[in-house]
This record gives sequence, structure tokens and C-alpha cells, in this order.
Amino acid sequence: MTERKMVVFLIAATCVFLVGTIVTMVVPFKSINDPKLKIATVKPYTPLQLEGRDIYIREGCNNCHTQTVRPLLADTERYGEYSKTGEFVYDQPFLWGSRRTGPDLARIGGKYPDAWHEKHMKDPQSMVPRSNMPKYAFLTHPLDTSLTEKKMKTLGFPYTQADLAACQGKTELDAMVAYLQKLGTDIPWREAAKTQLVGELKNPFLDNVTVLPEGKKIYDANCAQCHGADLKGGVGPSLVDIDKPDADIFTTVYAGRQATGMPAFGDTLGKERTWKVVTFLKLRQRH
Amino acid sequence: MDQQQGYADDVVKGFILWSMVWGLVTVLIGVLISLQLVYPQLNLPPFLTYGRLRPVHTNAGIFGWGIGSFMAFFFYITQRLTKTRLWSPGLARVQLWLFNVIIALAAVTLLAGMNRSKEYAELEWPVALLVVVLWVIFSVNIIMTIAKRKEEQMYISLWYILATLVGVAVLYLVNNVSIPVSLFKSYSAYAGANDANVQWWYGHNAVAMVLTTPPLALFYYYLPKSTGVPIYSHRMGVIAFWSLIFMYLWTGAHHLLWTPVPDWVQTLAMGFSVMLIAPSWASVFNGYFSMEGQWNQMRDNYLVKFLIFAITFYGLQTLQGPSQAVRTFSAFIHYTDWVPGHVHMGTLGWVSLVIFAGIYYTIPKLYGREIYSVGLANLHFWLAVTGQIIFSITMWVAGVQQASMLHASNPDGSLHYSFMETLIELYPYWTWRSIAGIIYLASLLVFLYNIVKTISAGKAQPAEQKA
Repeated sequence: MTERKMVVFLIAATCVFLVGTIVTMVVPFKSINDPKLKIATVKPYTPLQLEGRDIYIREGCNNCHTQTVRPLLADTERYGEYSKTGEFVYDQPFLWGSRRTGPDLARIGGKYPDAWHEKHMKDPQSMVPRSNMPKYAFLTHPLDTSLTEKKMKTLGFPYTQADLAACQGKTELDAMVAYLQKLGTDIPWREAAKTQLVGELKNPFLDNVTVLPEGKKIYDANCAQCHGADLKGGVGPSLVDIDKPDADIFTTVYAGRQATGMPAFGDTLGKERTWKVVTFLKLRQRH
Repeated sequence: MDQQQGYADDVVKGFILWSMVWGLVTVLIGVLISLQLVYPQLNLPPFLTYGRLRPVHTNAGIFGWGIGSFMAFFFYITQRLTKTRLWSPGLARVQLWLFNVIIALAAVTLLAGMNRSKEYAELEWPVALLVVVLWVIFSVNIIMTIAKRKEEQMYISLWYILATLVGVAVLYLVNNVSIPVSLFKSYSAYAGANDANVQWWYGHNAVAMVLTTPPLALFYYYLPKSTGVPIYSHRMGVIAFWSLIFMYLWTGAHHLLWTPVPDWVQTLAMGFSVMLIAPSWASVFNGYFSMEGQWNQMRDNYLVKFLIFAITFYGLQTLQGPSQAVRTFSAFIHYTDWVPGHVHMGTLGWVSLVIFAGIYYTIPKLYGREIYSVGLANLHFWLAVTGQIIFSITMWVAGVQQASMLHASNPDGSLHYSFMETLIELYPYWTWRSIAGIIYLASLLVFLYNIVKTISAGKAQPAEQKA
């Protein structure tokens, strides 16, 4: 008698669990896989990118970095176009994360040149002085490719022998950078979101030496990592004796130049501070 | 004395002592990783980086300290509420070994980078399979003991225990489905938004089935045992039970508000999260009303102090949780330190305080000794509560400050602060969080000392207190 009561209880409890489970966990499988949400330009990972993704998982990067841009001003202005369901169909597992100790990485691809990522992964503080990210210099050892083909087959991703050969001689860091550079680039959002500067651009601080100290501060915090503390270059070209019109420099800093890997700083600096750093670059030689 | 009644209690002792070891480990790692956020040079790659240590912290906490002690208490409580000896003490002994092997394997594999990345389901498939075996062994033992019970009525604690056994099994099996590539590597069977939705159905209900129903089973057992008066309303407990286990399963997607998971799933999660206030507070009121005429025991009886503070933190937790599950508020504080502040009120406040009370009550019974020092137990209590409150409050303030800065915009619509400008403001708060963690660690050391001394040097219990 008492046994039966317990069995009835167990069955009842299981049924009660299953109601919410079926409605909110099982049923969505149908709507999330809706073909209407497919995005034709979204491509699976290449062998090198997949190896990079596995290193991202191994190192637990998702404990500090999210990979979803929410449709909120604070997210889209900072990270780019909001994330779409169709962009994640090849993500097994998903890597959306739950805490942004570091910035979101859903659209990091194409934001910085490879050389920036390499320096940053090896020594984050050399590129972002007060960052608290650990150093990942140990990733420079050779990539283990013994499972690469099996991984591609397991996930059903297309690949060629040339793709596999491209992993040979690469380091784990190369794979990681290849993965990061792919993130969020399957849809051409960066072109669409590119800042269009209209009208005549006139430097409000032209020949105004009083803004030089602030301009230098902005330079040290944002530009020196790539162009050198002494402006002699590094990841980016030398800016010593830069001889371009103020408006051109402003456009490059504010909107970036994708072809060369120069990131856009308009969102971070705004117009006024961008003009101050332009003024610093132009006037420092004479003062 | 209990042993003379024929209960199998050696394994209860084993689980309690081992869970205390893992509890110490998780707090030690917690303090270390909190310091790593302030001093990145404390990361020692490749094995001891924040990214690899954080899953060890959460797994040791939830599974080592939480599940480990719940296994002890489920064995202890079930035998007494059924007036029946454990179905198979031998199997329970095997379970204790397996449990410790799994937690140790979990720590080693996670530090080695074998990690499936899904939160609280990180363990690679061979270890996850061992967890399934462990859970089956455990469930069979408890269910068989209840099946041949000598007490027909099932007290409310047994309901929560049975629900835990079923719930954890369903959640763990579904979310851990993986496609192995090798012994050390597998991929989730689900992709993208589906994977996210399954994961947070699991993740949030791990909170329900590991951090809510087991401590409630303990609370409903140990509060009447400690106060000496029965629980206020068994019927209210029953209503709260069924509505709690019904509503919880709908709420996982509140972890995914504003993500590509379908809006209707998010909205249901939001609605049910708010509704969950009712069954949660039914247990809180059941606790408070049971204290009628007994409030003096808050002064005289340290066990009651632990339990009533615990249920109070549970009440606060279940008000704050639903508020975070609302879209507008989530947009503001999600992904910030607010959330770790919330989580640690639940784990350090609610769950751990209940476990502490359970251990303080049970260990003297099992060893036939009086607690070594009530003074130290009080010191433990105040250190733990102080550490927890400093932790949570600093994290909430930090979360609100960072959220405000992240959302601040200029008149032209551009954002006012870069990400780094918001991050550097967090360093002072993180330092305080580490201090709070060290205070909690100190409380734990006092606790461990008190328990060890009780076992080794406690006074024998006077005869009338036995049984």
C-alpha cells in the first residue's frame, strides 16, 4: 500500500515537471529551427577556426566574455548589430556566456588586425593597460591537429584537404585568432554600420595648443598600443610627421579604415575627443 | 542512541566530513579567483587561470559541498522519517567512494582544460557518465528505503527528497547529451539558440533541484527538530511543494532575455518567475509562523538562528530573482556583478546556512557528544553572515554602477564610456568582495575546527538527550 503511494507520487511529480519542460524547452526546437530564420551567408567553421573555438572552450573564455549582442542601444553602439538566431546554427555548444567581465565578442571579427590580437593574447596589458585578462602567451606552442578531421566529420562541416593542410605548422594562437576574426562576420554588418561623415569637417581646435596635454592623454590610452608611445609605429604605421589634412585624420580615427585594420574610435571617443587627438598628432612636432 | 536503533549512519558521517572538505576547497578557490580579477598576475597559465578555475569553484561548490552534504542528510532524514534502516548500506558506501572520485576527477579534468563550457554541466562525457551512475545508485537506495517504510505518512521533507531525485535525473540526462570525438572531447548535441535554451532550462532548474528543494527538505526537518515544536502547516507545505515544482520548469529562459531565443519563451519565463514568489514565500511564512511563541529561541538556540536567517535569505533571494527576470530590469543589470551578488546570497546565505545547521544538529547525534563550543558556533554564524552581506552588497552596488555607465549616452546618441572605463571602476569593489570572501573563509575554518573538536573531544551527551 505504502509503496504504491510512493510510486504514484513519483509519477505525479514527474508529470508536473514535464509540463513546463515540454512547453518551454521541447516545443521551441520547432520554432528555433524555422527555415525562415536561416541566414544564407552564415558559414560553418573551417578546420582552423574550429580548432580555435575548441581552445576558446578549453581556456574557459566564456566565463568572462559573452557572445550575444542584445537589441539595446548600450549593446549595439558598443559591439555592433544585434545577434540573430540564424547566426548560431553551427555553434555546438553555444557560447553566449552569462557575465561580461570582459567585453562581448559576438562581433569581434574584423575589429582589429591579426597582429593586434596576437600581441593582446600574449600580453593583454601591453595593449589595454588596466585590463585584468590573464596572459595567454603559452598558446604559441604548435596546434595539435590529430583530431581535426574527426571533429569536422562529427559536426558534419564541409572541408577540403587544403583546409586541413592549412592547419599544419600553425600555433594554437593562430587558430584562436582565426576563430576570433570569424566571429560575427557572416553577415555584412560592418559595412552597413560604417559611419558616414557628411558635410565639411573643420577642426574646432585648429592650432589650439591648450588641448595638447589632453590630446596626448587620449593618444596614450587609445593609440599608443599600436602606433607606439613615441608614434614610431608597431602594429600600425608610424605617425611621426604625419602630413595629411586634419579632416582626413579625423575620418580615419572616427570611422576607422577596414582595409588596413584601423578600428573606428568614434563610438569610444566621440567627436570632440577625436578632434583633440587629431590636433595632438598635427601639432606635437612644432611644440 | 541512533546506532542502537539500527540506522546505517556511518555513511552519513562520511558524506558530511567529505562535503566539508569540498566546501573548504570551493571557498579557497573562490577567494583565489576573486583576487585574480583584481591582480591578473595571480593567474598561473595554463592550469591556474581564471577561465579554468571558475568552473572548479562552481562545481566543487554545487556538487562537492551541496550535493555531498545533501546525500548525507537524505540518508539521515529518510531513515528517521520512515523508521526504516537504509535499504543497502553497502551500496551507500560504494556511493561515497564514487562521489569523491568524481569530484576529484572533475577538478583535475577541468584544470586540464577538458570542459564542455555549459555552466554547471562542464564535465566531459566520461565523468558525466559516472555522475549518472552515482545518481542512480543514490536514488535506488533512497527510493527502496521509502518503499519499505514503516511509517505510512510521508512527511513533507520526503516529498522534496523524491522530487530532487527525479528532477536532477531528467535535467542532467537531457542537457548532457553530447557527441564524443575522443575520450576527452565532445560536442553538444544541440546547436546555437536551441543549445542555449536547453542549457538554461537545465541551469535554472539546477538551482531548483539542487539549491532549493534539498535545502527545503532539510529546513522542514531540522527546524521542528531544533525548536521542538512542529511545523506551522503541513498543508501549506504541500501546496507550496506542488506549485514550486510546477512553476520552476518554465523559467529557464529568464537567463536569456534579449537574446535570439524566441520572445514568447522569454515572456513565459518572465511571467512564471514572478509567479514563483508565491510558493517560495509560502515556505518562508511556514518557517516564520512555526516560530510563533518561540522567537526567544533566536537568542537561546544557535541552530534556530542559522535556520531562520537561512529562510530569510531564501525569502530575499526569491524576491530579487523574479525582479531580475523582468525584461526591463534584466536589460540593465544582466551580465554585470549584480548577478554574482544575487547568486552568492543564495549559496552563502540560504543553502550553506541550512547545511551548517544540519551539520551542527546531526554530528553531535551521530557521535553521541555535545557540540564542542556554542561560542564558536555563534562566532561562525556572525562571520558567515557578515562575509555574505558584504559580498552581496558590494556586488550589487558594483553592478548598478557599471550598468549605469554602460548605458550612459551623450546628447548625440553616442555612448559616454568605453568598456574599459567601466571596468576600472570595479577594482575597488572587487577588492571588497575578496575581503568578504576571506571573512567567509574564516567562518568556515571556525566551523571546521568546532566540528573536528566535537568529534574528537566533545563531552559525551547526557543520557536524557540521547535518541
